[in-house]
Formats: sequence, structure tokens, C-alpha cells
Amino acid sequence: MSRSLLQSPPQVINVGLPGFAQDLERRGVPVVHVDWSPPHARDRRLGDAVLALSGHPIVEAANRETVARIIAGEPVLVDVRPAGEVLAGLEDRMVLHAGPPIEWNRMCGPMQGAIAGAAVLEGWAPDIVAAERLAAAGAIVFAPNHHFGAVGPMTGLTTRSMPVMIVENRTFGNRAYCTINEGLGKVMRFGGNDAAVLDRLRWIAAELGPALGATLRAAGGVPLKTIVARALSMGDEMHQRNVAATSLLLRATAPWLARTVLDAPKLARILDFISGNDQFFLNVAMALGKAMTDPARGIEGSSVVVAMSRNGTDFGVRISGTGDTWFTAPVEMPKGLYFPGFTAADANPDMGDSAIVEAIGLGGFAMAASPAVAAFVGAGGAAAALDYTRAMYEITAERNAAWTIPGLDFAGVPTGVDVRRVVESGIAPTINTGIAHRQPGIGQVGAGIVRAPLACFEQGLLALAERVGAE
Amino acid sequence: MSGAVVVNRVLRDFYLDSIALMRLSTELAATPGIIEAALMIGSIANKRLLADSGMLAGDGEGAGASDLILAVRATDGRAAITALDIAIDRLARMPVSAGPGGGVWRPQSMRTAMATLSDVNMALISVPGEFAVAEARKAISLGLNTMIFSDNITLADERSLKELARARDLLVMGPDCGTALIGGVPLAFANEVPRGDIGIVAASGTGLQEVSCLIARHGRGVSHGIGVGGRDLSNEVGAISTLTALDLLEGDPATRCVVLISKPPAPEVARRVFDRVARCGKPATICFLGGVPIQTGSGVRFASTLRAAAAQVLGTDLDTFDVASAIRRTRRGDRPSARRIVGLYCGGTLCTEAQVVMAQRGIVARSNAPLPGRRDVSVDGHEMIDLGADEFTRSRPHPMIDPFPRAEAISRAMADSTIAVVLLDVVLGYGAHTDPAGAVVAALGKAGDRGPVVVASVIGTNGDPQRYDDQVARLEAAGVAVAPSNADATALALALIGASR
Repeated sequence: MSRSLLQSPPQVINVGLPGFAQDLERRGVPVVHVDWSPPHARDRRLGDAVLALSGHPIVEAANRETVARIIAGEPVLVDVRPAGEVLAGLEDRMVLHAGPPIEWNRMCGPMQGAIAGAAVLEGWAPDIVAAERLAAAGAIVFAPNHHFGAVGPMTGLTTRSMPVMIVENRTFGNRAYCTINEGLGKVMRFGGNDAAVLDRLRWIAAELGPALGATLRAAGGVPLKTIVARALSMGDEMHQRNVAATSLLLRATAPWLARTVLDAPKLARILDFISGNDQFFLNVAMALGKAMTDPARGIEGSSVVVAMSRNGTDFGVRISGTGDTWFTAPVEMPKGLYFPGFTAADANPDMGDSAIVEAIGLGGFAMAASPAVAAFVGAGGAAAALDYTRAMYEITAERNAAWTIPGLDFAGVPTGVDVRRVVESGIAPTINTGIAHRQPGIGQVGAGIVRAPLACFEQGLLALAERVGAE
Repeated sequence: MSGAVVVNRVLRDFYLDSIALMRLSTELAATPGIIEAALMIGSIANKRLLADSGMLAGDGEGAGASDLILAVRATDGRAAITALDIAIDRLARMPVSAGPGGGVWRPQSMRTAMATLSDVNMALISVPGEFAVAEARKAISLGLNTMIFSDNITLADERSLKELARARDLLVMGPDCGTALIGGVPLAFANEVPRGDIGIVAASGTGLQEVSCLIARHGRGVSHGIGVGGRDLSNEVGAISTLTALDLLEGDPATRCVVLISKPPAPEVARRVFDRVARCGKPATICFLGGVPIQTGSGVRFASTLRAAAAQVLGTDLDTFDVASAIRRTRRGDRPSARRIVGLYCGGTLCTEAQVVMAQRGIVARSNAPLPGRRDVSVDGHEMIDLGADEFTRSRPHPMIDPFPRAEAISRAMADSTIAVVLLDVVLGYGAHTDPAGAVVAALGKAGDRGPVVVASVIGTNGDPQRYDDQVARLEAAGVAVAPSNADATALALALIGASR
């Protein structure tokens, strides 16, 4: 490398005085000026941990392995089954929810509302009021989806009778699960729990789930990696915008649906439901994210984030090199646009397991692929969308060559959040999100972006430093 | 197409937008030995297209709609394999665009910046000293040669950075190094100097500037000028960067001879450096400014001044500076009480060189940067002030950037009836003030014949943004006597007070 200093024309990274870069630019010398700012680390201890772990051979090797495993994943949508059949340990009177663990009395309104609805749906209580009493009395067990290999959007509720989509990671053989997206409006994932919400869930369990399962089994599964790649070039980022991915998935499954569901009115209901929901693919993308990140968990020394998740009260982060620990901090309020008749005052704090898609470089990380979303979430125009993604390159370990962004000349999506870089730069991961009403039962009131709280990453960094013995 | 081969390779389960694939195909077709290239997703329609153009072969025939076919027609099999390897490598690492339209986005870290350049080979670091060590460490860890402009870095940190770089076969320039010329490219404070066959290793920025400009103004050029930092040849640092720079110049075919410029190093370091220079097998000149001449031989010569170093390496005496006629041209008033020379310098090394020239005539000047072993007293009241020294620059910019502090000092000197000659350096080049001669002229004020004589040298070339000839003309029009080098300017100053040899 040193010899090439004299044997090849200088190409310079300039850190500091911009004039030096301008002089070189004027002479036509390739130069990139770094928009440098002093290290962000909030205190000495964090700064020391960043330094100790930067360039640490164990961490570097572990991170390479972690990201390689994420990128190597070959997710295939293989089946749909009732959660009770496939989620080992999911018992009766047990509710899986989004985010890190939380008790009933700390849950936000929509989460409590959804749980009450789920208790009625499962027949544990005759009505919502009784269901709430049941939950408050401790008669329902709560656990995070993540502890069962599953994920769920917003409130993220999963109970035994709900069908879950199964994504198999063919590279590693592991499976991940997510419920079927209910559509927009008044739905359980936003805390909805009235009769219409429960009736739709009953139809999903009785008709849609079994039909989709049979279809996928007949098709031998639908590979998802290239669907995501194509959808990125069609303007989806797989969190706020899933219209292309939903269409591509429907295109791949429709012939098999026609072969499997022979009753024409039933087939029509199913096609109507999927094609009428631009966000249908979100839950698929989430299961895919979980299936791709699970094999990357538990790599000793790794500073790469393998899960980000929120329960409406706490934001939780899991790091590959620190086992199953959740590093938590209070969730932040999303910033975004509201549907007519609603304002920020109606908004519930950040919620959902859906940030698993950001953990694999999609969603807010792939904003550059989705200028339309950037405008929708109030993040500015196409140029701003590019900058959101570019900022995520600062805090990630790798670019995923399988998923590229046309607007960035086909650079791969920023993949594998590195807690060292988050703490050092002070740049928090950007997450695209829907916004729920803070009262249960009302539903979605807007969409926007939210930053992951830095405190989660700071705790994680210190824990990793201690574990690696580099403190 | 006789003799041509068609080779296909398939990437399973790979999708990339066709616009990107077409762009890559065009790039691939331009590589040596490639007649035609096509990157296509293996859909039935695409495969038919490839087959019709005779580009479908082997693996490609079995590709499916979610696979990528890379197809080349090449002059031979080896060219085909090489091109396909390049294509697969490119696919794995598409660079991050800095667009649109060269846009306003700037990476926030070196790591991200690296992703936007194809063959980056150095980092130039000028952040405040307290952060510079961490940034330099990152740069070295990223495999970058590193130039540290920042100052206020401890000797221990300097040594550890240089050791880290040495272990990775990298070069650290600096810290506190303002100047480098790499492959003809001036970095930070440097001049536009033609490329040539003379390699320079310098501990000081202005020393490098003076020698490279003298070389340029005498029609020759510099292969590389490597600034290693003022303390590189100290005992603590042990000349790590100097030795690396000498390795590099030895291995550089463009470099035919070498000049080394430094303050006198510690004897042990001096010996190690001298041995290395002697071993390098290229004619070399060592200038340990202010040191006693060392034993030379084996193609190594010693020069006592920057001017002498330039003369040696050029293999000629420099254009003779006719001091006698310069005196005749120089405006002098009738000021019998004025006997002192006051040097007001921007460049520390130039200030040192002036003292060396004075010492050669037995004259000692008081200085804030005295020659090694000299006390800062002068029986005659001569003063050589380095206005770029730490005590002057701690809270304001270097006088090369901001001429105001020196302008004040010049104005005061012009009103001092005890001063016979004011001696100045005027440093041009990138990084320097846009019109340093103009700033000097403005400071001379209206002293006229009653003020001291002003003697200056201009460090620069006609390629510099300020243009050497223009700056000289400006000074001469204001009555300043301009000498062709700093050593000549000092000699003229001495002659003017009757202290010539």
C-alpha cells in the first residue's frame, strides 16, 4: 500500500480544513472531504469503549462473520400455520407482543387494547372489559415475539389461533414467523379491538391462512430475496412502502392460488384482500428479517445489532455479541404526517417489531430507494431520501450487494448496525414507521420516521466492552 | 470472429436492475481482450437474445429467471476469465454515489469516504490536535498513508502512530507538517512545482518549499517531496518516517537523486539516517541546517544551507546573485545610527537558514528560534524572529495564512531608527495568503528614505496561484530589494551593513 503512494496518482481523503480539499479539487485530484465533527460519545467511559473496540481484532472478525451470515441468508416463504401449532411454548392464555419484555401496567393504550381484543378473540373473556380485568389480574402471560422466533408489526400480537407466515432461511435452515397483515384502518396491530377487527381476524384464521398455507406448500415456497431486490428498484423500502413487493409476491403466488383454491368466490375474497392491501408484504418482510438475523445472533465479540424492537414504552436492541440481553431505553415519538383530523397530540409513542427490517438494511436504511416514502414521512425530497441512506452507511458494517439502490448508482443497502459507530458518531438508526393513536381501538393516524434512542446502543457498547475485556 | 471464445458465468438468485447491468456491460466491453459483453437476468426472452447474438454458452443455458448471466466474447479464454472476475468483483461492491450532480452530501467519516473513491491512498488530517491522533490512527488502520497537518500532538503519540504505520508498511507525514508534493500534487502548503527526478525528504515545510521552488525556478523538477514533521529525527521518534520515506524514494524509479532537509538530529539518529542515505544508491545531499558538517562520502554530500542543497542537487551553482550591484540598486537613506538587521519570518526553517548564513560571517542574532547551541543574545542587536513559532500562533492563524500580525511588526520596524535592514520571507503557494507581497507592501507605509532598507526573498513559482513574477514585481515596485533565495537575501542584508566577507 505504501509503495502505491508514490506509484499511483494521489487520491485523498481530507479531514479538517476544507481549503485543502478545494485546492486539490481545482487541480483535478480525486479528493473527498469528510464532514468531520468531534466524536459524539457522551462521556469518557463511552469514548474509551469506542476506542478500545475500534479495530479490535476479535470484534472485527466477529462483525465480518455476523454480517456475512445476514447477507448469506436465502429467505423463502414456505407455509402458513396457526401460531399454536408451530411456535413451541406458545400456550393458551399467553400473548406474544412486540418489543422487549413488558408488564401489563407499563403497556401503552393500544397495546392494552389489542391484548383485550385478543383475549376475546381467543375466548378467554366474553368482552373487552372482562378481558382487561383478566389481563390486569395477571391471568394472561405476556412474552416478546422475539423470544419465540416470531415478529409482529405495531402491537405485534400473536396468540395460538392466529395463522403465522413461515419464512425459512434455506442457507441456515432456521425458520421465522409473523402474523398476516390485517390491512389498513381499524386493526388489532394499532390497538383496534371491535367486532369488525375480530371478525376479520377470524376470517384470516379460518379461510386466508389455511388457503395461503396450502398454496405455498403446493408452490414449494416463494423465494423472497429477489422479490426484495426488485421491489427496491421499484420504489419500495419494505417498511412504509410495500406496494411493489406485494404485487410481486401476488404475481408469484396467484397461479398457485388459482390451482389450490378451487372455490371461485373464496379465491376472489383472498385475491381482493391481498391486492387491496399495499402493506401486505410488510409482515413477510419482517419474518424475512427475523429469519436472516437469527443465524447472526450469539457471535462472541460482535458489535452488530441483530434486533431493534419497540413495545410502545421501551425501545430494545439486541447485539450479536452480548447474547439475549435487551438494551432498553424509553421509546421516542415519531415525526411524520397525520391523516386528516389527527395531530401529533393523538400519536402513540414508537411501537412494533417491524424495525427488524432496518436491521437488515431496509426501511429507513433504504430510504434512498423510496423517494416517495421520504416525501410521505415528511423527510423531504429525493435528495433528502438519499442523505438518509448515506447517513446509515456511517453506522453500518457492510453494503449488501444483493439489494441495491438505483438512486445511489446501485450501491448495496447499508447492512449491519455497528454499535461502535452509532455511539462514536451519535447517528441513531432511522426507522420508518406507522403511527398509532394513543387511545386503544382507534387505529393508525399517520406515518413518519423515528430515531432509535442512543442510550440502547451506549449500554450495549459498554456491555460488549466488558464482555470482550476491552474496557 | 475466428479465434474468439464465448464464456458465460451464472450468479444464482441474483437480481440487479437492467440499467445498472447495461452500464457494467459497457465497462466490461472496454477491458482488454473483450470484444463484447452482456450481463442479463436469465429470463427466457433474455436467453433468446443472447443465443441470437451467439453469446449464450455453457452455464448460461441453464440459468433461470432469478439468475444473472455474465457473458463475454473475448480474444482468448484468459481475457474472458479476467473480465468476468472483474465484473463479479464490481457487482459485489458497487460504489456509493456522491451525486446527484456532485451534490452537497459529504461523508461523515473516513470509512464512508473511502467507499466513494476507487483507489484512495492517503488521508490529509488537519483537525484540532486533541482529535488528530484518533483520526490518524483510524486512517492508518484503514490502510491509508497519512499526512498530519495538525500540531499539538505529543511525542509519545507521534511515535506510536509512526510505529503503527511502519508495521503496516505505511507512511506518516507530520505531525505539524505543512507541505508535501506527491507525484506532482502539492498537498496543504505547497507550491506548483514541475515533476522531475529529484526526491526531497524534509522535516520542515518551508525548507521543502524553498528547495523545491529553487529547483523549479532553475528549470528542473521534483519527483516527490515528503514532509516528515519537525520532530521525526528526534531521539524519541527515531526518524521512523524519514527512513520510510528514504525506502520509498529508493524504490521509486522516477527519483534519481535525493535531498534530505532537517534540523541537526541527535547524533545516534543522524548516524542511522546517514547510513540509510548512503545505502540508497542514489546521489544524495543532506542538509542538517545549523549543524556541523558531517563526514560524507559514498555519494552523499553535505549542504549547510537550503540554497547550497538546491545547488548541489541541481549540479550547478545557482544563478549568481550579484550582491554588489544589488546594493547599488537598493535605495538607502542617510541613517548613520541604523546598524541592526531584523528578520521577520513566516517560515521557521528560513529563519534558521538566515541565522546560519549570518553565523558563517561570525554574526550572531537574537532569536526566539536560535541555532542549536547558541544563546539568544546578540552583541550587535540583530534579531531573527520566527513569527510562525508556537508562541505567536497559539491563538491566531499562522502568518502565512493571515499576514496581519507580521504587517504590524513590519510597521513597527519601519519606524525604528536603529534598524538598518528588515529581512523578510514571502511564501507563496497553495494554502498561503492570496497576496502576501501586497500585504508586505501595505505594511511598509510611508517611511520612504528615512526607514530601513527592506530585503526579501519570494518562495514560490510562476505556477503558484499568486505567481512568482507578479509578487516579485510588486515588492520591487515598492522599493523592496528582492533576492533570488533566502540565503542570498541574508547575504545582501549583511552586505548592506558592511558585514560581507
